[in-house]
Amino acid sequence: MIEIKNLHASVDGKEILKGIDLTINPGEVHAIMGPNGSGKSTLSYVLAGRDGYEITEGSVSFLGKDLLEMEPEERAAAGLFLAFQYPVEIPGVANTTFLKSALNAIRKKRGEPELDAMQFLKLVREKTKALSMTDEMLKRAVNVGFSGGEKKRNETLQMAVLQPKFAILDETDSGLDIDALKIVAEGVNALRSPERSMLVITHYQRLLDYIVPDHVHVLAFGKIQRSGGKELALELEKNGYAEFGVNEAA
Amino acid sequence: MAATTETVEQVRAVTEQKYKYGFTTDIESDVAPKGLNEDTVRFISAKKEEPEWLLEWRLKAFRVWQEMEEPRHWAKLSYPPIDYQDAHYYAAPKTKDRPKSLDEVDPELLKTYEKLGIPLREQEILAGVEGAEGKSPAIAVDAVFDSVSVATTFKAKLEEMGIIFCSISEAVHKCPELVQKYLGSIVPYTDNFYATLNCAVFTDGSFVYIPKGVRCPMELSTYFRINQANTGQFERTLIIADEGSYVSYLEGCTAPQRDENQLHAAVVELVALDDAQIKYSTVQNWYPGNAEGVGGIYNFVTKRGACRGRNSKISWTQVETGSAITWKYPSCILQGDNSVGEFYSVAITNNFQQADTGTKMIHIGKNTRSTIVSKGISAGRAQQTYRGLVKILPKAEGARNHTQCDSLLIGDQCGAHTVPYIENRNRTARVEHEATTAKISEDQLFYCRQRGLSEEDAVSLIVNGFCKEVLKELPMEFAVEAQKLVGISLEGSVG
Repeated sequence: MIEIKNLHASVDGKEILKGIDLTINPGEVHAIMGPNGSGKSTLSYVLAGRDGYEITEGSVSFLGKDLLEMEPEERAAAGLFLAFQYPVEIPGVANTTFLKSALNAIRKKRGEPELDAMQFLKLVREKTKALSMTDEMLKRAVNVGFSGGEKKRNETLQMAVLQPKFAILDETDSGLDIDALKIVAEGVNALRSPERSMLVITHYQRLLDYIVPDHVHVLAFGKIQRSGGKELALELEKNGYAEFGVNEAA
Repeated sequence: MAATTETVEQVRAVTEQKYKYGFTTDIESDVAPKGLNEDTVRFISAKKEEPEWLLEWRLKAFRVWQEMEEPRHWAKLSYPPIDYQDAHYYAAPKTKDRPKSLDEVDPELLKTYEKLGIPLREQEILAGVEGAEGKSPAIAVDAVFDSVSVATTFKAKLEEMGIIFCSISEAVHKCPELVQKYLGSIVPYTDNFYATLNCAVFTDGSFVYIPKGVRCPMELSTYFRINQANTGQFERTLIIADEGSYVSYLEGCTAPQRDENQLHAAVVELVALDDAQIKYSTVQNWYPGNAEGVGGIYNFVTKRGACRGRNSKISWTQVETGSAITWKYPSCILQGDNSVGEFYSVAITNNFQQADTGTKMIHIGKNTRSTIVSKGISAGRAQQTYRGLVKILPKAEGARNHTQCDSLLIGDQCGAHTVPYIENRNRTARVEHEATTAKISEDQLFYCRQRGLSEEDAVSLIVNGFCKEVLKELPMEFAVEAQKLVGISLEGSVG
């Protein structure tokens, strides 16, 4: 699915990622855990193609293509999805309008027929129900006035509608109470399939109780320090990031 | 590449072909000689076979105009001096006589309107309407080409209801008492430099009269097109809504691409009597000039509505995307008690476009209310100013106004300015003004692009969201067109 080799990236001349190597196969769910400032969000932005990051070394191959050469919207059309840590508000644009424009833009780029209003509504209603979202939330402007939980559910809804091949979940658990976390996790788990891979980025082990990963990696100082199975997450929860030279007094 | 450099380059890449109405039509024209003097005024009046009183009125205006000074000091606009002698003040497609029906109209002209997508052929519209009876209301169109009105559709059907919808030159002959009573009664011939010039040399425009208690069953629409080179266009529109009547009117405009600047100085007068309502919508898409700021229309327009009657209402909705220069303040004089004035505006300026636009709400009657919603979007090196006056006179007990001015900036070389004037002379009145300025954030753009939208679609979506409050005021048929126009006008504005 995705193969990251020796990836180095800087912001304003400061190197944040210092050689990331990571391979994710179809159907696998990987978790990246790490303390604040370790480069977790930078990794997700670099993969999604945000401006302002300079790739100084390394390569990323996504489904056989050079990901780093692609525009953000081309990456989306190719099947990459980023669930944002802080979903962005777009005043005046109805949630459904946004989703329909996005879905049809992607379908068009893939050479698939665009969905008309009726087909789209049917699809989106189906997906909303599964996430216990209301029709009212669909009519509201994108993320405007949404609670933290609603925003994350909205991200999950977008993922369910766009059906990506590879989804990056950036701190999806931040700002969620346990009930909201469960709903979001259920939504994410429903999307797990042998063809779809996920990269779950989180600070805490809690989320991984609900979205159980196949592999766990520890990111600190811009490098993957250790990789293991899901038990690694539990170990981190107990011992913190101290063994990687990180001093977190939290 | 830095985002700003890229913006400039992309803006540069927006070439003239983005303006899809930039064609000219090869038609023989009957053109007045260049220049402006009393003879020009007499020439126009004679061409129109006008009655003596109208010629006198034009001449009075012309004499006043000669003493007037061009208002160049207060508006935030900069442009080279206009040589008023170096233009034609009358240009008409050459025909032997006035066309009696569409079949007699020059086929080249009809082709032009077809290119613009204006449904001139009544048959076609009627055919379309029969199937969709009651669903989509038909649109009656008056088409003005350079200086003259070439065709008005649906006239017969409207006449059955007593509605008069025709060119103003025709109205002068058909219902002179109405024209004489109301022409210049809202925008007098002494009003301002451009309006006074218009009084002297106006060539055509639309006239609407809605009789007592009649609700006009369809949108009335005028399309203005400047075709002839070196021609000014001075149209004059007069709409009278008698007691208890209702009309929704839409105005659209386009022009060919030309390197020189062309002058457009129109006057629109609206009168609403007791319990009458006028909804006036404009989609202004005059040629804006090219990416270097060469060419484009100078749009100096005076639009004013008088809510003469009790409980009357006038509502202006404008989507301004074209013109090199826009100078325009559609206003409401709220005379009648409980009358309501509304102004909803979206103005988009890109490249080197300049717009100084807003409204005036003059509260005279008791419990008069006004709402102003202005959304300005500036990109490229464009400069845009909202200028609005809210004036509450001493007798306007309980008057209320709410103003909201929002500006959106794209790139870092454009400007947005807000100049509200508020004059309140009544203690019971309440006036509110809110203003915001924002930029399209990189977060929003990236979020949209991550979901698969191209950068231009993302900008279009975000800007349409920003303008939603105004766009929803447009008649349905035009809202879709306006949404697309918003996107097109901003193509290449983000890097």
